[in-house]
Amino acid sequence: MSVLVDSDTRVVVQGITGGEGKFHAEQMMDYGTNVVAGAVPGKGGQEVNGVPVYDTVHEAAREEDADASVVFVPPAFAGDAVFEALDAPLDLVVAITEGIPTQDMAKVNKRLSEVDTRLIGPNCPGIITPGEAKLGILPGNIFESGDVGLVSRSGTLTYQVVDNLTSRGIGQTTAIGIGGDPIIGTDFIDALELFEADPDTKAVVMCGEIGGEDEEEAARYIAENMDTPVAGFIAGRTAPPGKRMGHAGAIVSGSGTGTAESKINALNDAGVPVGDTPNEVADHIEDFL
Amino acid sequence: MRLHEYQAKSVFADAGIPTPDATLASSVEEVVEAAEEIGYPVAVKAQVHVGGRGKAGGIKLAESRDEAEEAAESIIGMDLKGYHVDRVLVEEAVDFKNELYVGVTMDRGEGKPVAMVSTKGGVNIEEVAEEDPDAIAREHIDPAFGMHPYQARKAVYDAGVPRELARDVASVLQTMYQLWDDRDASEVEINPLMVTEDDEIIAADAVMNIDDDALFRQQELAEMEEETFEDDLERKAGEYGFDYVRLSGNVGIIGNGAGLVMTTLDLVDYYGGEPANFLDIGGGAKAERVANALDMVFSDENVDAVVFNIFGGITRGDEVAKGINNALEQFDEIPKPVVVRLAGTNAEEGREILNDELVTVEETLEDAVQRTVEYSEEEAQ
Repeated sequence: MSVLVDSDTRVVVQGITGGEGKFHAEQMMDYGTNVVAGAVPGKGGQEVNGVPVYDTVHEAAREEDADASVVFVPPAFAGDAVFEALDAPLDLVVAITEGIPTQDMAKVNKRLSEVDTRLIGPNCPGIITPGEAKLGILPGNIFESGDVGLVSRSGTLTYQVVDNLTSRGIGQTTAIGIGGDPIIGTDFIDALELFEADPDTKAVVMCGEIGGEDEEEAARYIAENMDTPVAGFIAGRTAPPGKRMGHAGAIVSGSGTGTAESKINALNDAGVPVGDTPNEVADHIEDFL
Repeated sequence: MRLHEYQAKSVFADAGIPTPDATLASSVEEVVEAAEEIGYPVAVKAQVHVGGRGKAGGIKLAESRDEAEEAAESIIGMDLKGYHVDRVLVEEAVDFKNELYVGVTMDRGEGKPVAMVSTKGGVNIEEVAEEDPDAIAREHIDPAFGMHPYQARKAVYDAGVPRELARDVASVLQTMYQLWDDRDASEVEINPLMVTEDDEIIAADAVMNIDDDALFRQQELAEMEEETFEDDLERKAGEYGFDYVRLSGNVGIIGNGAGLVMTTLDLVDYYGGEPANFLDIGGGAKAERVANALDMVFSDENVDAVVFNIFGGITRGDEVAKGINNALEQFDEIPKPVVVRLAGTNAEEGREILNDELVTVEETLEDAVQRTVEYSEEEAQ
């Protein structure tokens, strides 16, 4: 079992004719993802890797009965591309694009509150249900089907933790990269809710990082609402205040909010063990199972 | 991107917000000339991106020609928290009876802009927020509609701004939201917004930060960008296009992906070492980027050992390994020990390709970091 995506998910790739879009559409199809269409304005009627391309997402959704999209559109146009997918409407939109202007995302965020569509990202690696489907750029070969749900703000850190799990035979139900931007669609609490409701997810890994207060809010949610055990990891313990550590959202403010310490304490208070190393996270998960 | 005070003030003034008479100057002579023109008293203010300029000696008041000269001599050329001051703003010093705060920023938690007004201006607003949160009136703005005029009035009345000033302050706030929206700002702030004896308001300071990701459509502002780096290494990182932050330790760190690089820093600290930097080379890891990254860390004279931590996703380990070999073969002698850890796609092939005469290869993240910390301790002796 899984959350949000499986082998039946019918996927449109927005930006399928670009370098990234084309490459990753192929990777997704190789993994078994049911890519049914591409959407690129002005490129309707073409085919990419045997997949029909439409000018609009609406047309792709109508003609191919698509219910999800992955956005590989350049940042200047990605906000608009997400709007298009929300209005089509699709059930799920996964925005991989990094560097979307924050004000564009604020408008998208407003629209999200009015529609039933779920957004994952932007600036994220995507979502994968091992053995069934991946929507995004995650390397399929490191994942294995199993009992652990994973939600993370970071790409390669996710891969690291998955590697620690898979190498000791612990597989995953679904892994969700929620992205490193200040304004994102699906957040920790949304993902945790999905895993809590999934009977096959026996334990959850939550990888956070400095900046914002999402991890603290997630900790409160876990304490109040979750029976499924959660183990955590927080990146950025050594980050100095005021310096952006790569991700737009990863910054400890001058007044000291958003620190790793505050997040680790909040998680510990909620009964969530936090690993000092990624491998220790896998130790905690092994204890849960 | 952060605008300098003088730039932000010119943007605000163009939008109709009252600002003091001011002139930019870069020499003692220019300061004196500007002060004579404006009339005393004047404030001489360092134009660098540093908070708390006043306390650090970067702002001085001058009542006379001699004092203006003195202020200019002490500020121009000074080192303000690591930044060299080469220009000052010479500005009419405003007599005031009150100091207000007005600003617009992005509330991350809400995913919406928030306008803020307070009668406790003149101090760090983050301190006010902590000590007396009720002293700040907040109004969240729906980005689809923009700020309704009533919202500007409401924020002003909620903050307890005197009635006779309400209309003017609300108008300034409305203009600031418009600027925030039109110019893709991440933050606009006037602190303090001074109230004169005649109940006039005037922006005595100005902050305007622009979303870097939106500079492509803010050409006019993008052209105002003046690169200011704390040191040459950060400048170099800008040229190479790396996300780089310099720290004070002696373990150089290179990796791919912000979260994993941060984790590598944390592990260096956890195993008793001190990180020298954050360096994310991003996806790929072609030979040239690998070489540039190594050049960065080797150029840092504090670095005693380097850990290279790559998790291959779509990037294949064998290609990364070739890149590292190529980069290191360019050196007659490897300046500092390099430990490489490759994981993920084709990691095993990668490890075989790596030339172990040039680097130390470790399989796990933990082993790689511990080995690097050991090397750094040996080298430091």
